[in-house]
Amino acid sequence: MNIYADNAATTKVSKTALDAMLPCFAEAYGNPSSPHHIGQEAAKLLMAARETVAGYIGAEPSEVLFTSGGSESDNQAIITAAVLGARRGKKHLVSTKFEHHAVLHTLKKLEKEGFLLTLLDVHEDGLVRLEELEAALRPDTALVTVMYANNEIGTIQPIKEIGAICREKGVLFHTDAVQAAGHLPINVKDQNIDMLSLSAHKFCGPKGAGVFFVRKGIAITSLIEGGAQERGKRAGTENVPAIVGMAAAFKEACDNIAENTPKIRALRDKLIDGILKMDEVILNGDREKRLPGNVNVSIKGIEGESLLLMLDHVGICGSSGSACTSGSLDPSHVLLAIGLVHEVAHGSLRLSLDENNTEEEIDYILEKLPPIVERLRSMSPVWKKMKEGK
Amino acid sequence: MMMYSEKVMDHFTNPRNVGEIDGASGVGEVGNAKCGDIMKIFLKIDDDGVITDVKFNTFGCGAAIATSSMATEMIKGKHIEDAMKLTNKAVAQALDGLPPVKLHCSVLAEEGVRTALLDYFTRRGEEMPEEYKPRHEDCDACFI
Repeated sequence: MNIYADNAATTKVSKTALDAMLPCFAEAYGNPSSPHHIGQEAAKLLMAARETVAGYIGAEPSEVLFTSGGSESDNQAIITAAVLGARRGKKHLVSTKFEHHAVLHTLKKLEKEGFLLTLLDVHEDGLVRLEELEAALRPDTALVTVMYANNEIGTIQPIKEIGAICREKGVLFHTDAVQAAGHLPINVKDQNIDMLSLSAHKFCGPKGAGVFFVRKGIAITSLIEGGAQERGKRAGTENVPAIVGMAAAFKEACDNIAENTPKIRALRDKLIDGILKMDEVILNGDREKRLPGNVNVSIKGIEGESLLLMLDHVGICGSSGSACTSGSLDPSHVLLAIGLVHEVAHGSLRLSLDENNTEEEIDYILEKLPPIVERLRSMSPVWKKMKEGK
Repeated sequence: MMMYSEKVMDHFTNPRNVGEIDGASGVGEVGNAKCGDIMKIFLKIDDDGVITDVKFNTFGCGAAIATSSMATEMIKGKHIEDAMKLTNKAVAQALDGLPPVKLHCSVLAEEGVRTALLDYFTRRGEEMPEEYKPRHEDCDACFI
């Protein structure tokens, strides 16, 4: 059995998205900037995609910029706010300790250039506290950027409330909605969002396309100079096939949220309950305020990479926040931010589900996981020490 | 993430010499949970200085388990004079190489064996040759 339970890493492109994309390669292959009919055919598809995406986030088409993905959108949002802030002498930026690196690394870079940074605690449950956010805001705060849902532990932040506080204080608010888009409802007006990032491949669209939403009236700083594409704010010939695929996938995902969410959530809860039956396993992140498909646990006494390899051996694809899977010697900053000690963070396992997963698959995972854990623990000196210590 | 060689996967999925030895002649534990790897090696050494049995317990990634398995295989039945000379390079080579970020696991295996041997020498009130002593607590070893 092959089980893909790594949908937070990327998803399988849906048939709807693929069907929408295919004509863009050999039929509507023109450059949308070309005035001739083949170019204009592509331009029409691009415009339709922009209208679709805008419609599903409650924005105007002119407020939607297409980018290469979530990382680029995050970078551009933060740089845009930093440039605007610096012009008015505002050089304070507020975010959280467990943002995606596309946000954190951009902020750290600005910090080196003289900006001041406040990273909010996300506590054991992986949630920002509104009063702490409010207390962090200063007259010179240029931006608040808080992710809608976390990519590792799936916790959902009170975006609308954060947006309201920012509005009241006159501070720009950006949210990295890469994990949320297509899985949780988004309405930039209702949720008081000034800027938002999303990425196509997290909701069954293709890789290489994303959206940078910017509310009308905010002067955008471009990261890529060149042609006049995307109103001159993002040069480079548009990736029409990927953008068209993204719009189709986004429409499909949003149209089916109401139907899919309870189904995926039921699978998630069954998986969480089953895994927590094992000895010395903890759920990372708040149980209720989490993405419908996110399961993230720490299995004490074992290391994540060896667990992933063993799971892969029986056909199960998951992910871990252990150092060994990150290519560095430190475990995930997200798990450390919610207060896990290193050895517990090293033993994390993320299984992220979507509408393609089935109950049989959950049963299979729950059948295969315990003996693998048992086996790794039987050769773990850390586990032995833990058991002897009791 | 880089792919492991078939040999690494073989030693990871079917690790040799897993376990502990009661009344071991020498025991060595290296690494720390902070870095994500801990290796404990048990040696049984006879009166002639031959390693008659060796076992390990490891908390760590695929490479950590595979290097533990390979290192114990390489010193089993060997005289301590030869076992002392086991290097991390030899372990990595025997596994058909390791991804660069995983080389520290082979260092851990070398250190584990040498630490267990040091314990053996110490218990006997003997001095282990300086050049083969583990470098111990030398976290920089992880970054070579």
